[in-house]
Amino acid sequence: MSDVAADVIAIIAKKLPPSGRDLKMTDRLDDLGIDSLMAVEMIFDLEEKFDIQIPYNSNDAKLEFETVGEVIDAIRNLVGQS
Amino acid sequence: MAHRVVVTGWGVLSAIGHNAQSYWSNLARGICGIAPATTIPTEQLAQKVVAEVKDYDPTRHFDERVLSPLDRVAQFAVIAAREAIAHCGLSFDGGLAERTATIIGCGVGGQSTQDENYKRLYRDNAKRLHPLTIPKLMVNAPASQISMHCGLRGPAFVVASACASATHAIGLAFQMVRSGAVPCAVTGGTEACIAFGTMKGWEALRVLAPDTCRPFSRDRRGLVIGEGAAVLVIESLEHARARSANVLGEIVGFGMSADAGDLLAPDAGGMARAIEGALADSGLAPSDIQYVNAHGTGTAANDETETAAIKRAFGTHAGKLVMSSNKSMIGHALGAAGALELVATLMSINEGVVPPTINYLGPDPACDLDCVPNQARAMRVDAALSNSFAFGGLNAVLAVRRFA
Repeated sequence: MSDVAADVIAIIAKKLPPSGRDLKMTDRLDDLGIDSLMAVEMIFDLEEKFDIQIPYNSNDAKLEFETVGEVIDAIRNLVGQS
Repeated sequence: MAHRVVVTGWGVLSAIGHNAQSYWSNLARGICGIAPATTIPTEQLAQKVVAEVKDYDPTRHFDERVLSPLDRVAQFAVIAAREAIAHCGLSFDGGLAERTATIIGCGVGGQSTQDENYKRLYRDNAKRLHPLTIPKLMVNAPASQISMHCGLRGPAFVVASACASATHAIGLAFQMVRSGAVPCAVTGGTEACIAFGTMKGWEALRVLAPDTCRPFSRDRRGLVIGEGAAVLVIESLEHARARSANVLGEIVGFGMSADAGDLLAPDAGGMARAIEGALADSGLAPSDIQYVNAHGTGTAANDETETAAIKRAFGTHAGKLVMSSNKSMIGHALGAAGALELVATLMSINEGVVPPTINYLGPDPACDLDCVPNQARAMRVDAALSNSFAFGGLNAVLAVRRFA
C-alpha cells in the first residue's frame, strides 16, 4: 500500500469507532456513517496532511468521491502522484 | 393578567436599505443586496460574495468622539434603535425609561474589532492593544450601547443563539411585556461579522454559496453571510392606547425548542415543535396562517428540512400557505436575521404584499411549497410566522397578526 493510501485510510479511520476501522477500498463513506460534518473535518485533515485544496461544498448533492478508494484516487490526483 | 403585545415602531439597517422604508421598498421589488465584499480583502476567500450594508459611513450617524468604543455591530444596533424609537414616538420620561427593557439578539459580537486586534498582535507584532478592545468586542455591547445612547434604564441584555438570536430576544421581550413585567421593550437583533478571520471560519465549514443565495431553488449552493440590524419597539396594548400610538401589528405567540441532536444538521422534528409551540401560544389554528417568513438559508439541508417541518406542523394547510425567504436579498444576517425578518413579516401584513424568494432557478422536488419565486405577490395576510433555526439545534418561531 502506498504512503498516500495509508495516510488517507488513517484519516478516514480516525472518524470511525475502533471496531469499524478495518477499511476496504470499496467501502462507501455513507455506509461507514461519515456524515457531512465528519466529511468536512476529514477533508480538512486531508488538506492539512497533503497541503492541497479540495473543492467541496456540502450543498452539492453529489460527492466526487463515494468510496475509500475514490478518496485515495482523488488525493493522488491532487498531489500529482498517480 | 396577560397583556396583548403590539409593535409601535421599527428601525432597520440592511444590505438593501439604511432605514425601514427603503428596506421594505427594496424587499418588495426583489432587489438583491448580495455582492463581492468591499469591507475586507477577498483575494484569500474561496467565496467572495456577502450582503454588506453598503455605503455605510459611521460619521454620518455618530460624533467621532463617541465612535471609539463602538464596533460596527453596536453602531448598527444604535442606529436601528434610534429609528425605531423616533418611529414609535415615545419619550421614555416619567419613569418609563426605568421600566423599558432592552433585549437584543447578537450571534458573535464585535468580530471586526477582534479580527483587527489579532492581526495587530500576531502579524504586526504590536506591543499593545487599544484600551477599549474588550468593551468594544463584548457580545453584550449592542444592548449596553442602545441603553446608553437612548437612555433606557430597565432590564437589558443580549441573547446569543447564533442564527436565532434575534427571534429569541424578541420572544423574551414579548413574554416580559405580556406578563406585565415591563410595559415596553426595545428589542431586535444586530450582526456585523464580515471580518476576514470570521469569513475564513465560515469558508472552512463548506456551507457558503460561491454565487448567490437561492433558497428553496434547485441548484442552490449554500448561504451568503449578511449583516445589519433591526429593532422594534413593543408595548402592552393598554400602554400604546393610553398614548394613542400608531399600532403596526401584534405579536401573539412564541415557540422554542432544541433538537438535542446534530450540531449542524437541522431536524424537522425540532423545527416543527417550535412552530407548533408558537401556534399553540398564539391561539391561532394552522389554517389561520397565510404566510411563513422562512428561515430559508439556501443550504441544501435547511430548505429541505424546513419544508418537511412546515408539512409536519401544518398538515394539508402547508399546500395553501406561502413561504418566502428574505435571505435571498439580505443574505443571512445571523443574530440580526430574525429581527429583520420579523419586521418584513409585519410589513407584509400591513402592505398586502409578500416579498419574493429571488435568485430562484426552478423547483427542487424536496422544497415543493409555494416560495413566491422571483416576483413579489399581492395577497392579504392576516396572520404569519417568522422562523429562525440556529446552528446548535436551537429553534425559535414568532407568530404575528394584523392588529384589530
